[in-house]
Parts: sequence; structure tokens; C-alpha cells
Amino acid sequence: MTGLKLFSRRILPQLVTLAVVVGLISIMFPGFFEISIANGRLYGSPIDILNRGAPVALLAIGMTLVIATGGIDLSVGAVMAICGAMAAWGITEGYGLGLTLLMALAAGLACGLWNGLLVAVLGIQPIVATLILMVAGRGIAQLITEGAILTFNHEGLIFFGSGSLFTIPTPIIIAIVTGALVTLIVRRSALGMLIEAIGINLRASTLAGVNTRVLLIAVYMASGLCAALAGVIAAADIRGADANNAGLWLELDAILAVVIGGTSLLGGRFSLIASLIGALIIQAVNTGILLSGFPPEFNLIIKAGIILIILVLQSPTIRTMVIFLSPAPVSQADTEKQAVNQ
Amino acid sequence: MNARLLPLLATLVIFLVAYAICYAQYPAMLSTRVIGNLLTDNAFLGIVAVGMTFVIISGGIDLSVGSVIAFSGVFIAVMLRDTGLHPVVVFALLLTLTTLFGAAMGGVIHFLEMPPFIVTLAGMFLARGMAYVLSIDSVPITHEFYEVLQRSYWLMPGKGRLTLIGGMMLIVFIAGIMLAHRTRFGTNVYAVGGGVQTARLMGVPVGRTTVGIYALSGFLAGLAGIVFSIYTSAGYSLATVGVELDAIAAVVIGGTLLTGGSGFVAGTLIGVLIMGLIQTYIIFDGTLSSWWTKILIGMLLFAFIVLQKGLVWTTGKRRMAGG
Repeated sequence: MTGLKLFSRRILPQLVTLAVVVGLISIMFPGFFEISIANGRLYGSPIDILNRGAPVALLAIGMTLVIATGGIDLSVGAVMAICGAMAAWGITEGYGLGLTLLMALAAGLACGLWNGLLVAVLGIQPIVATLILMVAGRGIAQLITEGAILTFNHEGLIFFGSGSLFTIPTPIIIAIVTGALVTLIVRRSALGMLIEAIGINLRASTLAGVNTRVLLIAVYMASGLCAALAGVIAAADIRGADANNAGLWLELDAILAVVIGGTSLLGGRFSLIASLIGALIIQAVNTGILLSGFPPEFNLIIKAGIILIILVLQSPTIRTMVIFLSPAPVSQADTEKQAVNQ
Repeated sequence: MNARLLPLLATLVIFLVAYAICYAQYPAMLSTRVIGNLLTDNAFLGIVAVGMTFVIISGGIDLSVGSVIAFSGVFIAVMLRDTGLHPVVVFALLLTLTTLFGAAMGGVIHFLEMPPFIVTLAGMFLARGMAYVLSIDSVPITHEFYEVLQRSYWLMPGKGRLTLIGGMMLIVFIAGIMLAHRTRFGTNVYAVGGGVQTARLMGVPVGRTTVGIYALSGFLAGLAGIVFSIYTSAGYSLATVGVELDAIAAVVIGGTLLTGGSGFVAGTLIGVLIMGLIQTYIIFDGTLSSWWTKILIGMLLFAFIVLQKGLVWTTGKRRMAGG
């Protein structure tokens, strides 16, 4: 019971923010909550937010784990482009759906393995290690598509972008299932705690017997796999692989989602659910700006404002100041007296 | 030999070998025309990379510079279109603005104790957003003063043209080298990069230095924006996306340690030239596609990061053995 209470307190700020954003949108745009079913699929603005937010949500899942170890993965956008290109190439070469998906996911895992090896074995700072793939990744993607936008018409693959299962669009289902699976794996085993231990103090956890090397590599591979799923969805959505623009700047959105979710960039405690809500907040802001008729140019300024507010809230200096200025806490003796009186 | 000089030397050797290979295939590569173009085409990148060198030596990172360049271009173009101000006045306004912008980011980094990565990410969004708000379309610049600036060049022997902006990049590099090695500010930057706590104990004004570093980076990004607007004669809010990555890559290839505390402004110049050389070679070749640039730069980045890691490791070992 207390666990549940702690958990709801942990994600309360994110839920309130999401409610405020959605509330503001529905005031400005009364028809916001209308959901209809057409052609066996749900339609409506809330569904649209979930659907458009799915790739960032997927990236945020992997990014949360990476950031919890005190690292960062800048390459996810480029990995999306690589895996989307791989999927498009596989399907146009006639490898069949199963093998194509396998190849795309394997490409994501391989990218994650590369990042993980650089970080865990060579000991390079994560920003720098993943920067390499961020720069080179789009080149590799263009190598696969041979510079063109590779289009395809395979119904099975398109299903992952714009199809629906039980009237729910596929991207939403993929994101929810992935989120649930990863949460289950890290929270129903000691893995989540070990990841947090690495983020708090890498050396101490190594000395305590945690196999940090393998765990770090696994975390970056998980991020690569999530990026691969997002890449397949993005490619299937536009029925083509665009090596230049697929997943462009999504790594920043994913990092922002994790930061909004309250996970510290310095590593340590993390919450996957809060990150997913963070991704929804970002998408809700995007959709809200589009719906309310504001020019989309304001989108970036609002995002900058959000980051600034979070920075101020998370800042150690401000926290010390708040503690300094807040009324004196009830002292130990007072509480004991109260206990005696009761 | 000083181990710190090794990355710089490696960069220089790679540049010379690469140039020799290019020259063997295309003798025209050595003509002053190609060299002049190499300097002109990479002028804005070089200027912004000088600022990035200082930021990285101090152990930070500045992701906002690409957006600031785009903002500068749009700001200049819109000001020249809508007001009767002379370009020089607009330049002064712009440089004040971008310097203050950088100083503000430095202030947030220092006083709120937040990682530079996320602070400058906010700066990146803000500057790009402001550029969008000023104008979404590409705004042409048609001022006679701009034509004067574009037409001024020094004819090198062999009919190569050292343009004003190419020359400006070289001046910025010389000024940067002076600032890094001959002033107190430069020493402070190295000290902060070596370790904030140690620097503070030695009496380095950490706050003032941090604000100064990001202000300098903002100023140089504004200058790069001016140079870019002279280069393209237009301001476009979607321009120079990802230039911050190119600048970081140039700094790393130039032998500056990403952990901070060690590096050379001169190395960055060679890093910029290596990247320009790759592009020039691909244009000369004609059959290679442009995406090879990205892959080659990625490979170079990897090679240099591993080299740096090895150096840090061996010097660490030697120190352990010695003391």
C-alpha cells in the first residue's frame, strides 16, 4: 500500500502537468475529446496524440534506462534512420516480413552494442561515444538506401505504422507493450536497482560485485532496440525510409521526455511511467499548438521554456535556497513530545 | 616529448598525409584557388569552432551555436529589410545580443549548477524558435554594403582569392590562440577544465570564467552568423542545422580532450581544414556520394577519441609508476 502511495506521489507532478496541458487545449478547442470509430479504427485528437507520441515514447523507454546509469544516448535518432532504412531495404529486396523485421531489430541491437562497447569497455564518456554514431549514422542509413528515399508497398510492414489492432492504432500498442515489458523486467527483478546503483556510483557498484560492464552494454542495446522499433514505425508510417529526416532531433525530444519525467540527468533513480507521461506531455504541447492555431514556430520557444522551468526546479542551488527560506521544520524533540501526548 | 602535443601532432600528420594523397590524385588540389575556397567555404564553421574549443577545454559543451548562427542570419536580414539601419549598426546590435545570450546560458550553468548539455539544449530550442518567429521564409539581403564585403578579397599568387570572410576566420584563430595561451582568462579556462574544485581552491574566479566562456562562444556564434550571411546573402531560419555537431567534431579531431583541461585552438583549425578537405575531395572525385563525408568524419572522430583515451591511459600509468 505504501509502495503504491509513494509511486503515485512520484508521478503526480507529471500527471498534473499533462492534465493542465490537455485542459488548456480543451478550453481553446472544445471538440478535443471527440473520439469516433471509422474503418475499424479509433480517430480523434487524444488518439492522435498517443499515436504521434509513440515513437518518442519508445525512445524515451530506452533513454530512461541509459540516463539512469548516468549516461546519455545521442544516437537514437540516427539509429531510427538506420533501422527504418534496413526495414525498407529488406522488404523491397523481397526477404519477407519476418526476416525484414528481424534484420531491422538486429541493426538496432548492433548499434546499441557499438555504443555500449565504447562506453563500458573503452570507458569513453557517453555523450562523446554516442556522438560518433549520431554523426555517422545518417551516412550509414543513406548507404543502405543508396541516397534515395526508399518507398515500399508491403501491407504487412505498413501495418506497423498505420494499421490497427482491436480498433487501436498499432504504434500505440507497440509502445504500451514495450513499456509494460521493460517495466516488468526491471522492476520485478533486481535489474532496475542495479541500473540505479550504476548511475549513483559506477565504481562502488563494480566493487560491490555488480557486473557493470555487461549491464551497461545491455542498457545501450535496449536503447538501440527501442530506437529500432521506433524506426520501423516511422518508416511504415510514411511507407518509405528517409535517411535524412527520419527521427531527426527526436533524440532531443526523448531526452526532454525523460527529464520532464523527473529522472535526473546525473543518473540514479528513474521512473519509466513518468518518462512515458513526459513523452505524452511533449506530444500534447505539439498537438495543442497545432490545434489552437498558434503558428508552429512557437513550439520550440515553449519547449525551451519548459526546459528552463525544469532546470530551475531540479537545480541543487534552488533546492538549498528553498530549504533555507522555508519555515523551520518540526524538530525531533517536538515530534517526540507529540507522540507522548498522543 | 610532451604527451599533450601528441594529439595535435597526429592531427597535423593526418592532414598532411590526406592532402598528399589528394595532391597525388588531383595535382590541382595544391593550387591557391582550392586553398582559398577551402578557407572561404569553412569560414563560419571555423569561427564557431574557436568558441567551441574554449567551451570544451573548460569541460563544457555548447549545443546552441548552430541555432544562434541561423538566428543571426534571419535577424540581420529582417533588420536590413524593415529598418534603415546601416549593416554595421545591425552587426553591433546582433553581437551584443548573442554575447548576452551566451552569458545568460553561462550564468544558468554556473549559478543553477546544471549540466551545460541541457542548458545549451534549451538555448538551442530558444534561438531556433526566435529565428522562426522572426521569419519562416528565407529573407534575401540586398544591401550595397554587402556587395562591397563580398567583393573584397586579396588575390594570392596563383589567382587564388583569400576572401574577407576567409581572412576573418584566420584572424579569429590567431586571436583565439593569443587568448588561450597569453592571457589570464585563457589560463583560467584551462584551470576550470582541469577540475572546478581545484580551480576554485587556487583562486580562479570560476563563476566569472564560466560566464565569460559561454559569452565568448555566443559572440563567436554571432560573428559566424554574420560571416554566414555574407557567404549566402540571405537569412534562413532552417539554415545551419547540426553545425554544433560539425564544430564539436572539428574540435575533437583537432586534438582537444573532451574531458576538458587540455587542447589547442590551432588544432581546431586543422580539424576544420580536414573536414573541408574531405568534402573537397568528394567534390573532386565526383563519383563518391556526399554521405561518405558523414561516415568518414564519424570514423575520424572514433579514431581520435580512441587515441585520446589511449594517451590519457598511458600518461596515467606513467604518473602512477613515477609517483
